[in-house]
Amino acid sequence: MTQARTLSRALMGAAAALTLVSGALAAQAPELPAAPQGAPQDSGALRVKVQGTLTDAQKNDPVLDAATSAVAAQLRCPVCQGVAIQDSPSELAQQMRMVVKEQLASGKSPDEVKAYFVSKYGEWILLEPQAHGFNIVIYALPVLLVLGGAVFLVFIVRKWTAAPAAAGSAPSGEND
Amino acid sequence: MNWKRASIAAATAAPVIGLLAWGLTRDPNSIPSPLPGREAPTFALQVFAPGQGDLARPAGDTVRLTDLRGKVVVLNFWASWCLACRDEHSALSDVAQSYAGKPVQFLGVLYNDVPDKGTAWIAEMGGQSYPSVDDPGARVAIDYGLYGVPETFFLDASGRVAYKHTGPVTQGVVRFKVDSLLAAALPAAPAPVADTAANTKAGKAQ
Repeated sequence: MTQARTLSRALMGAAAALTLVSGALAAQAPELPAAPQGAPQDSGALRVKVQGTLTDAQKNDPVLDAATSAVAAQLRCPVCQGVAIQDSPSELAQQMRMVVKEQLASGKSPDEVKAYFVSKYGEWILLEPQAHGFNIVIYALPVLLVLGGAVFLVFIVRKWTAAPAAAGSAPSGEND
Repeated sequence: MNWKRASIAAATAAPVIGLLAWGLTRDPNSIPSPLPGREAPTFALQVFAPGQGDLARPAGDTVRLTDLRGKVVVLNFWASWCLACRDEHSALSDVAQSYAGKPVQFLGVLYNDVPDKGTAWIAEMGGQSYPSVDDPGARVAIDYGLYGVPETFFLDASGRVAYKHTGPVTQGVVRFKVDSLLAAALPAAPAPVADTAANTKAGKAQ
């Protein structure tokens, strides 16, 4: 009985720790700034003419479109809440998609296009953080927690299953 | 008390508490710009609102950043639909006027808007002392890593981004930044290049 209480207490502790860690990571997740005040709602009225450098063939090139979508899906929309520029209907996201397309059409690789946006907005612009520096914590922590949890469970279960033999000799007031 | 258990609990909790404490020191809404300290992205944009008096440039004139080398440049991104831009308008316009004759160039950049609406907005606000240029397709805005308006960039005389201000600026902030950049530029300030229509005609490289 005492062991079961210990186990449940340990599990509750682990759950609390997980909650805290996920909370801390969520706090670090680059939240979006407030949308610009008075952003144009009637995009039709304010639609601006985009200066394009694409040829007619490039504008309708399905391969280029697919490559643009792949890169745009990895870039965060600066005026939205956690949405890729590929999925955002905002004016700025459309313009950024056009920049992606133009740069890919000019011969830049997807990595070079992403590097361009990182050089302007910082790593914040990448929806998936790069695995270096402090970012490694994001990738390593879940693995470490699972491994640690497994070791902890093995330890507890072994202690629990071994308990009946020792329980007879142990005094009942050991805990608390 | 079971000291061994207490030590393990403390050792487990300490990193979590540390992580949370560190998180509390950071503002999740702030996006640090990588631009300050770097060469400012160049541009060549057309004037749609000429400005007034000594600071005026003819509408249709092309402003090239490379022609402004040697001057402190205050680049203010704004739009007629931006409410916060109304708060800073008179401050920017007044401060720009007070620096007339000094190697400082104030420039408004219209963001995701149409020049006609921008012109009407300026008239509604009682005028603007410095010129504003149009940025079709927000190409320059993206080049400056803009995520909203108003945002103001202060470029030093050597053409580097010295400071980025997000949100409406005050006269105090603008004066402090411009004065400090002017002071830094004074010892070896090159003669400011005359940024007139003549440069446009000369076809200088962007």
